[in-house]
Amino acid sequence: MSYKLQFAELLPYWNVLLQGLIFTIVLTVVSTVAGIAVGTAGASARTFGPVWLGRVVAVYVELIRNTPFIVQLFFIFFGLPALGLKLSETTAAFLAMVINLGAYSTEIIRAGIEAVPKGHIEAGLSLAMTKWEVLRRIVLNQAFRKIYPALSSQIIIVMLGSAVVSQISAEDLTYAANFVASRNFRNFEVYLLAALAYLVLAMLTRSLLRALGRVIFKAR
Amino acid sequence: MLQFSFWDILSNLLIATQWTIVLSLIAFVCGGIVGLALLFMRTSRIPALEWFTKVYIEFFQGTPLLMQLFLFFFGIALFGVEVSPWTAATLALTFWTSAFLTEIWRGCVESIPKGQWEASSSLALSYIEQMRYVILPQASRIAVAPTVGFSVQVIKGTALASIIGFVELTKAGTMLNNATFRPFLVYSLVALIYFCLCFPLSWWAKKIEGRLNVAR
Repeated sequence: MSYKLQFAELLPYWNVLLQGLIFTIVLTVVSTVAGIAVGTAGASARTFGPVWLGRVVAVYVELIRNTPFIVQLFFIFFGLPALGLKLSETTAAFLAMVINLGAYSTEIIRAGIEAVPKGHIEAGLSLAMTKWEVLRRIVLNQAFRKIYPALSSQIIIVMLGSAVVSQISAEDLTYAANFVASRNFRNFEVYLLAALAYLVLAMLTRSLLRALGRVIFKAR
Repeated sequence: MLQFSFWDILSNLLIATQWTIVLSLIAFVCGGIVGLALLFMRTSRIPALEWFTKVYIEFFQGTPLLMQLFLFFFGIALFGVEVSPWTAATLALTFWTSAFLTEIWRGCVESIPKGQWEASSSLALSYIEQMRYVILPQASRIAVAPTVGFSVQVIKGTALASIIGFVELTKAGTMLNNATFRPFLVYSLVALIYFCLCFPLSWWAKKIEGRLNVAR
């Protein structure tokens, strides 16, 4: 190979890349929290709610799980304005992420809820706990403990998937990398750096979530 | 001026769908072959080989597929070789698929009881023979459901090839949208076609999984 990699040429753009990285982190954190909230509501509705609501949730989950994230993103960003709902690229990115993670976490949390023995729910009700108390203290408490690892890896998958939001020019790490590449034409160097940043981010997220899990689900 | 009717849009999208299917099949088959080779390395108990596959899997599972596409697209070009979007997409999707399949299959291999390894090694089978005649026939039964399930991820992954200029379903959708200015219709159709490709596979994977649970 006669080509020499020139990482030094990326130095003047460090703040652009850093801003992109921060946007990716914020995007991931916000959509994780909101997505899990949507997932919890969806899973509860599907197992305990009325039949019609369960069906609606099932359709939502299957539609999202069986279409690519980029198409969902384009649909929200380009398709919805045709119906009169205009969104900025940042809002569209956040919305698409929440909708996407919401569907996956609905399915994951539902699996956890279904693994809770019926007797526990009956025992709770017979102790005069209200439905909400049973849901929160017995069902969801146990469900989350069981599905925490699966949920953690889904969060990482969604974080990596967020690279696609650069395509509607939401200013994440990939967008920043594209921007730098268009300025100094060091495509390979900048994408390699961005890929390594994602890799480090994924590994950090994994160990962070593991540590968090140990604190939340302390053995009693 | 050229006018696009609904049927023009749909038929053009369906033509592009063929490329999504072709790319998915190639990525899945080639990824499966590479994945099988990696599986042998990963479970070989030779430290250097195991270490290599670990790093390989960590990289391809820990970075966005989009970045991998960019790296292949621009990386190979550094060697002075002209890279078509087609080559870059095939390579990136193959390696990405193989990393995930290796991990899935490793889980299946590890779920085989240790006694099977010990019994077959006491019968003087070599490592390759153990895998070929004892472990893989049992592991492959468990592996079918998650493998079919992952094929859905491969189909969805091919959508990213549109970004480096490979004309498949998503790219065709973008081009048709630019020509017709009917984003709602075009992207609804695109999503619907993806759904029709993926949902049967998801459904099938779930069905096999259910059958496996009953058997035990």
